Amino acid sequence: MEGNKAMKNAPVLLRIWRFYLEGFRGMTLGKTLWAIILIKLFILFFILKLFFFPDILQQRFDTDEERANAVIENLTNPNNSHQQQSQEP
Amino acid sequence: MNDLFTLVDWSRAQFALTAIYHWLFVPLTLGLGVIVGIMETIYYRTGDERWKTITKYWMTLFGVNFAIGVATGIILEFQFGTNWSNYSWFVGDIFGAPLAIEGIMAFFMEATFIAVMFFGWNKVSKRFHLASTWLTAIGASISALWILVANSWMQYPVGMQFDPETARNVMDDFWALVLSPVAVNKFFHAVSAGWVLGGIFVVGISAWYLLKNRENFLAKQSIRVGAWVGLAGTLIVAYTGDGSAYQVAEKQPMKLAAMEGIYHGTEGQELIAFGILNPNKKFDNDEKEFLFDIPIPKLLSILATRQADGFVPGINDIIDGGYTDKNLKGEEIIALSAQEKMERGRLAIAALADFNTARQANDTTAMNEARARLDANYEYFGYGYIDSVEQLIPHVPFVFYSFHIMIILGGYFLLFFILILILSYKEKLPRLKWLLWVAVWTIPLGYVCLEAGWIVAEMGRQPWVIQDIMPTFAAISNIEVASVQTTFWLFAALFTILLIAEVGIMLKQIKKGTEQK
Repeated sequence: MEGNKAMKNAPVLLRIWRFYLEGFRGMTLGKTLWAIILIKLFILFFILKLFFFPDILQQRFDTDEERANAVIENLTNPNNSHQQQSQEP
Repeated sequence: MNDLFTLVDWSRAQFALTAIYHWLFVPLTLGLGVIVGIMETIYYRTGDERWKTITKYWMTLFGVNFAIGVATGIILEFQFGTNWSNYSWFVGDIFGAPLAIEGIMAFFMEATFIAVMFFGWNKVSKRFHLASTWLTAIGASISALWILVANSWMQYPVGMQFDPETARNVMDDFWALVLSPVAVNKFFHAVSAGWVLGGIFVVGISAWYLLKNRENFLAKQSIRVGAWVGLAGTLIVAYTGDGSAYQVAEKQPMKLAAMEGIYHGTEGQELIAFGILNPNKKFDNDEKEFLFDIPIPKLLSILATRQADGFVPGINDIIDGGYTDKNLKGEEIIALSAQEKMERGRLAIAALADFNTARQANDTTAMNEARARLDANYEYFGYGYIDSVEQLIPHVPFVFYSFHIMIILGGYFLLFFILILILSYKEKLPRLKWLLWVAVWTIPLGYVCLEAGWIVAEMGRQPWVIQDIMPTFAAISNIEVASVQTTFWLFAALFTILLIAEVGIMLKQIKKGTEQK
């Protein structure tokens, strides 16, 4: 009871922190699920995004103008752009 | 050209794989969220602790599905930047806004209230907890709204202007985008389909408990809630499905023709309730369309035009043109032939090239002249990439059978929920073992139906990634096929592991029942 009373008198941020902390501590199945979420997010953002999914236009061109020109080139000469593609390293 | 199509095919396969897996998790979140909200509302109103137990039980399964499924959709956004960079740049401003709103909404609403939903029992008031549960369910639906708005724009591109200087479509009417009839129908159709799946899931698992003579109170009460939500969902799905078909008839007639396997349309067009397509039928031969079919006279005309004798064009009609059609502004026009559209598209592409050349030369007069030509032909821009009219026809058998599987299963779900509700209120359900097993095996059918719906929507609109404006093969990035193949198999492995994890954890929780709670 006294713990609850002390909790109610604590600052809002501290109460929110304790709410989450106790919630996480009290989890059973939730711990497994959080492990799955964290592993999944790690794979998505630190492996797939970094090594396999670069933003092609961001990577190959420095400015938006260059990106726009590249897309216009692709759109207006689609066959040329795909021939260039096979010659790129 | 073969390499190009290999690259396109692998990129499409990868996107389809990701979307199909993502769509395994999303609808259950949408449906179970609402069901859990209703159950907790009953607990809040009655104060009956047994309803709290029921709510917490289904909330656990909701949590499993949410945890495994969350962020699987983000991979689709990765693919836009890597595999579909032309597309991504071309639509950036329009696609970016709804997806950014989705990200913020999803984070703030779901992340905040889902924590209260799971951690807040006995820590916040019953009223605040109930509100958090409903806000989690509503937040999931609002997240879906923005994704579906973006998707609908691809099917019916409105509310934008093309800027030839940046090669981007720029949003000029946010509300035209959000409130387009395609988006409105698609949103309610997809969300209510989630209710159907949620209902099937709850009824099926509850039926298993009745078969095992376990958790009887939970099972009987859950079946009623699940079946009511499922029935409501099925009726909304049917209503919005009709609205969607009407929109498809107006905005994507080729998709409708493929859905129904029509090559030569007529006034008073019949609807094929069931049919087996003739595999030898092509648009340029005189083979019969069906080996066997059960048609319903005039029904497709009524559904597509709201008139019993309305004309519904078939694949050949759309290629040949000459019938009365509507343009994007809703004005009546005589439909152009595919060849005419292809010529207009080439004019638009040439105008864009001329504009770009004039811009680099600072020739304002030439820029204005090219801009005028581009604007006059822009609605057919994508046709300029089409080499032969055959490319304009989607894969008819895939679309036709997916559509009919969806419709037949939808009809089955309607009867299923009505039957379950009647027998549940008559207290006869626990004795009907065969029906309980049917309920259990209806769960996979729910997933089949929902996936079939997306296949119709996405395969049916091919070759377009943006209807009439950009074909899929023009949207692709200049990357190596091998890299797309590699990531395809990486995704296949990752998602399969996630799916196995979900099914495994779910089964464990179902077997456990409420014993721990």
